[in-house]
Formats: sequence, C-alpha cells, structure tokens
Amino acid sequence: MREQDPKERIRNFKEVPFGYNEEEAVKEASRCLQCKVAPCAKGCPAEIDIPSFIKAIKEKRFLEACSIIKKTNNLPAVCGRVCPQEDQCEKLCVLGKKGEPVNIGNLERFAADYQMQHENNKATFVKNNTQGKKVAIIGAGPAGLTCAADLAKLGYSVTIFEALHKPGGVLSYGIPEFRLPKAIVEKEVESIKNLGVEIRYNYIIGKIKTIAELQKDGFEAFFVGTGAGLPYFLGIEGENLNGVYSANEFLTRVNLMKAYKFPEYDTPINIGKRIAVVGGGNVAMDSARCALRLGAEEVFIVYRRTEKEMPARIDEVHHAKEEGIKFHILTNPVKITGDEQAHVKSLVCMKNQLGEEDSSGRRRPIPIKDSEFEMDMDTVIIAIGNGSNPLLLDTIEGLKLTRKGNIETDEDGKTNINGVYAGGDIATGSATVIAAMGAGKRSAKAIDKYLKQR
Amino acid sequence: MYKIVEKRQLNSEICLVELQAKDLSLAAKAGQFVILRIDETGERFPLTIYDFNKDKGTISVVCQAIGVSTKKLCALQKGDSIVDIAGPLGHATKTDNIGKIICIGGGVGTAEAYPIAKAFKGSGNDVSVIIGARTKDLVICEEEIRQFSDKVYVATDDGSYGQKGFVTDVLNDLLSKDKYDLVFAIGPLIMMKMVAQLTKPFSIKTLVSLNSIMIDGTGMCGGCRIKYAGESKFTCVDGPEFDAHLVDFDDVMRRQSRYKNKETKALDNYHKNCRIGLDK
Repeated sequence: MREQDPKERIRNFKEVPFGYNEEEAVKEASRCLQCKVAPCAKGCPAEIDIPSFIKAIKEKRFLEACSIIKKTNNLPAVCGRVCPQEDQCEKLCVLGKKGEPVNIGNLERFAADYQMQHENNKATFVKNNTQGKKVAIIGAGPAGLTCAADLAKLGYSVTIFEALHKPGGVLSYGIPEFRLPKAIVEKEVESIKNLGVEIRYNYIIGKIKTIAELQKDGFEAFFVGTGAGLPYFLGIEGENLNGVYSANEFLTRVNLMKAYKFPEYDTPINIGKRIAVVGGGNVAMDSARCALRLGAEEVFIVYRRTEKEMPARIDEVHHAKEEGIKFHILTNPVKITGDEQAHVKSLVCMKNQLGEEDSSGRRRPIPIKDSEFEMDMDTVIIAIGNGSNPLLLDTIEGLKLTRKGNIETDEDGKTNINGVYAGGDIATGSATVIAAMGAGKRSAKAIDKYLKQR
Repeated sequence: MYKIVEKRQLNSEICLVELQAKDLSLAAKAGQFVILRIDETGERFPLTIYDFNKDKGTISVVCQAIGVSTKKLCALQKGDSIVDIAGPLGHATKTDNIGKIICIGGGVGTAEAYPIAKAFKGSGNDVSVIIGARTKDLVICEEEIRQFSDKVYVATDDGSYGQKGFVTDVLNDLLSKDKYDLVFAIGPLIMMKMVAQLTKPFSIKTLVSLNSIMIDGTGMCGGCRIKYAGESKFTCVDGPEFDAHLVDFDDVMRRQSRYKNKETKALDNYHKNCRIGLDK
C-alpha cells in the first residue's frame, strides 16, 4: 500500500495510506484463491461474504463489490481502515500460511471508497417501517450504528439518541483524521440515515429522558451502545497538573473539536515540546501521533510491559515508529512533577521486569527496586483505558452489571431487563470497533426475534 | 439548531438568553447545567441553567461575555440560533426543607444562585441572599431575587450600592448574629474559597457549584477533574455541587487557568474576524 512519506505526514493530519487505485485493487483481488470453504469469512464479525466481493473486484464490478459488503456491513469504508484484519479475516487466509495473505482490508476500503465516489448516498432502501414497531438505540458509535442499520433493513422504525453533537462515537472523537477521515465517517452515517434511521443529537439518555420514558413514547426495544465511559487515571502524584490529559480529552479536543485548527476552531489544546503518552494500545498510538502532528519535538510511549504485550495493532506501532515516536517499554510512571505555574515539568518513572503470567495471560510487570529516573516533559497523556460510565446505567432500574460496572449480557446482547439489549464497550469493556459492530449485529437479530415473539 | 426566543442585556457584560429546547426544558431542574456550542467552529462550554419554562419549552442561561464563546453568544439576538445545546447535566440541587439558608451569588454567579435560592424557598426554607458585584451597574437579578427571598443583601467592591466590601463581609455579619443551617455560594472561585474559609469555623454546611472547563459534560473526558477530599472527582458527573470544605480551591484555580495563553490568542482572532466582517 502506498503511503504518505513519514517525514511529510508528521506535520499534517491527512490520511496516511493512499488506498488502492483500480489497477492495484484488481491485481490484489486476483491473488485470492476463491476457496470454497472461505475460512476468511469465518473470521469476520460483520459476516461479509469476502470471496464474493473480492471476485467482483477482480472482474471490475466495483459497485457490486461494495453492495455485496453492504448486505451485512454498513460501515465498509470505516472497517477497511480500522479493523485489525491481521487478527481476523486475513489471519485465516490460506495464502497467509506460506506467504502474504490477501489484503482484504484494503480491498474492502477500495470498494467502499469507489462506491462513495461513484454513486454517493443513493438511498439503498426507503423508510418503510413494515414491522410497525419503534426501536431506540442509545449511542451513535459503531455498535449503535450497526444495530440501527440492520434493524432498519428488517423494517423497523429506528431512532438513535446520541449525546454528542456528531455521530460516530469513537470514530469521530477518538480515531484521528489521518487514520479515519471524518468526511468518510459522515458519508457512511449518511448512508445509514438513507436506510430510514433517524439520529437525534445532544440527546443524553439518562438525563433528558430515561429508558422508561422512551417506553412511554412508544419504543418497544432498546439497544444500549454508549461505549467506553470514564477515563482511568494512574492515581499518582501530579495528575491534576496543567498539561496532563486523559487520552479521551486529548483526542476529543483534537478530533471532534478540531483543536489542530485552532484558532480557526475555538477549542484550544496545549502541546509543548516533549510529550509522554502512557499506555500501549491503539489509543496511545493515536495520541502520540496526534501530538507529533500538533508540533511536538519528541514524543514518547511509556508502557509498563514489552512491545510483545502491547494491545495496539502491529500496523499502528509500526506507523508510530516510522514517524519517530520513541518507546520506553518496561517503564512505569510513579510521579508527575510541576513548575511554579503548576504546569507539568517532568515524569518520574521506574523500570519494570516481567514476572509470572497474570489473568490476561500476559506476563505481569514488576518494578525494579531503585530504578527511578526522571524525564523532562511538557505534556503527559494518560491512555490506560476507560471504566464504565454510570450516567445512563444508574437510571435503568434493576439493570444487572458486572463487577467492573459494565452491562451484563448474553451472547446476543440480551440484558436481564426484557427488551433492553447492550453491546460494544459498555458491555465488554474497551475493545475494538469491529467487536462493537459484531455485537450490534447480533443484538439486531435478537431484537428482531424478541419483537416478533411479543 | 436551537432558536433564541428572548434575549436581554442584564448589564454591560452579562446577558440572558432564552432558547427553544422542549425536551430539555421538561427535564431541567435547579442546579443543573447545559453544554452549548454556538456555531460549527465553536467549542463546547458549560453554563448553569438559570430558568426553564416547561409550557413554552424553553430554558434560559445567563452569560458573561469574557471569552470567545461567551462573546459569540452575547452577540446573538432574538431569532438567531445556536447549533447545539445538551443537557440537563450534573446532579440537581437537593432542596429539602432544612431551615435557614444563605445563598450567595457573586458577579454572573448571582444568576446561577437565583434558581437554587428560588427552589430552596419553594420547599419552605427561610432564604437570605447576598448579591456581590464590583459596582452598582453590574448588580444583576436583584429584582427577581427580591420577589421570593426573605432577606436580600447587596455588597459592592466600591460601595456604590449596598454595603461597601465583599459578600464575605456581609456573610460574616450574618453568621455572627444568627444561626444558619446551610450556605450556598456561586461565583468566582476566589469568592467561593473565601466563603468556605469563613464558614468552616462556624461548622456550617457549605455548598458551592463548580463550573469547570469541560468538553462532553458526561464524564467521558475527565478534563473537569478536581481534588476533593483527597480524591479525584469529575465536576460534570459528580457535581456540579460540592461540599466547599472538601474542595481544593487552589488546585481548581490553577486548573481553570490552563488555557489563559490560548484564550488571549482566540480573542485576538475573534476581534480580528469581527473587524473583517465590519469592513465588508
């Protein structure tokens, strides 16, 4: 895949990989063996008929390729860009056993982009509400959008209630422009609205209305896809100093509020010269790469285990390194110091060594005695995950939660309350876009079944 | 889009804006706040709900033109619209009948103290209100507050109206003469800090409402975190009301100043663009 040169891209927010042109796409699609059993498709949570869409690309039926994908996946341009294909479809590709698997993700992106460019936003379905029933979806992130699209296709009247002023959830506030352009997200959402889905913004369920009140408004089933909630902090000294951000705040300022265009956009961000990002997931990589593009001179990833244990996609770690981000592995922050103006001055860390495996199956980091060291920093970004947000959950009487405060569900997203389903990060804790979409799909089927049996 | 159905200038810097927002007005309670965004390039910022009218389906906010966003809002007129308003956020004030209450409003905070004082009166409390302002012309909401309060005191820094001095001077007088069950203060951070210091030796429960820098207002970003009784709390979801004696005000004040340099730059840019507009 052709990409923007690292030297250039670290100073702009334009997308890094360029995407295939027609010739490249056909060439890549021709590598597909068209296996009868299609192991790749079994690895796809969005249930895409992978061999069929690849065959369509090979035969230059590009629009049809996208239609095949859209039968089951309403966010192909998003998935083609942010799915961890290496752990899913591509991992199971027969070609991957001896060489490179077919680049399914990039082919998906190609088909989706081609369709956007050539028959943008044609209504694929008309709003029909043949079922005569209303479903409410809480949250317009990947889980909610997927569930809404599938239910609309099944003939339900679907309304999404979104707390923020834009749709997409993490696709809009979290994942940066250079990895997922917001214009792409908007177009994908537009295509879901064309299925008849209504989205109401600035609508914080639990505050403006409860689920019980929505029931009175005639909604018969609910899908809660409110996503990751409250950001975790480290609980170390100095975390309230100016210059310390949660990754959520940092990324929301940059991506949703476009602080990188300040003062054209009103939302400010303070960046400084030396930035430490604590954490080893995709969110940490995104934060680090944003910091670089905002003009930082040096950006460090500070992670307590080794690179092998990092939850970030290999591609993202690779991109980060290419761009010059430095990695401090086996390193654990213990204190943030500040100057007279209460602004971050340094990050004090300890070195770790790896011990026995913990419950996550990864080797536990253990601090090495007397290994403390100090690094000068202007900004510290904490990217160590999120806990569940109680804002909505507290208002659903009797809702059963897990020990960690997430919603307890079965495989299909069914909660202990009749008619209330949940999926994505609010049910599983921090996971991936595609896992959330898969959950949205399963819940859509379950909701359909539930409403038909009523 | 949310339409401005009424706009009133309360003094040279502060205006009242009434917005059409039906569902929000039905859910709003005293003490809660909303997050607004004026236009497509705007930031998200919180304002306390001043009043709500469930019949008209409107909510009102009172806004002091200080930064770019508040200046933008104050520059709008009846009939104009803003792009976003979300809420009601935060916990509502618990306005039980507890006895004798002093509500203190400093500057634009007077408007924020108004719904709380009114709600306390509504549940049968004896409510005294202290209004503070730099000078007479900047005193706001006095008439509205007098309509329901048992006693109203005004303090101005320059003595041009009411008692010369700070709200804490009036408070000190009241506390030394009589027994009160609760003090509720809303205004500049320094005022709330001084109120907390003053009431502590009297062991009077004292509440403050914090209006921190925030983005989403739902707990997602953590930008509004404060140090409270040695723990980290988010003003958006844990507040906005807190026990004043447990708030680390110095920490809150330091955090509130973190975009000072950027605010100046944003204002310069705003004024420059305003001028460009005028030249057309």
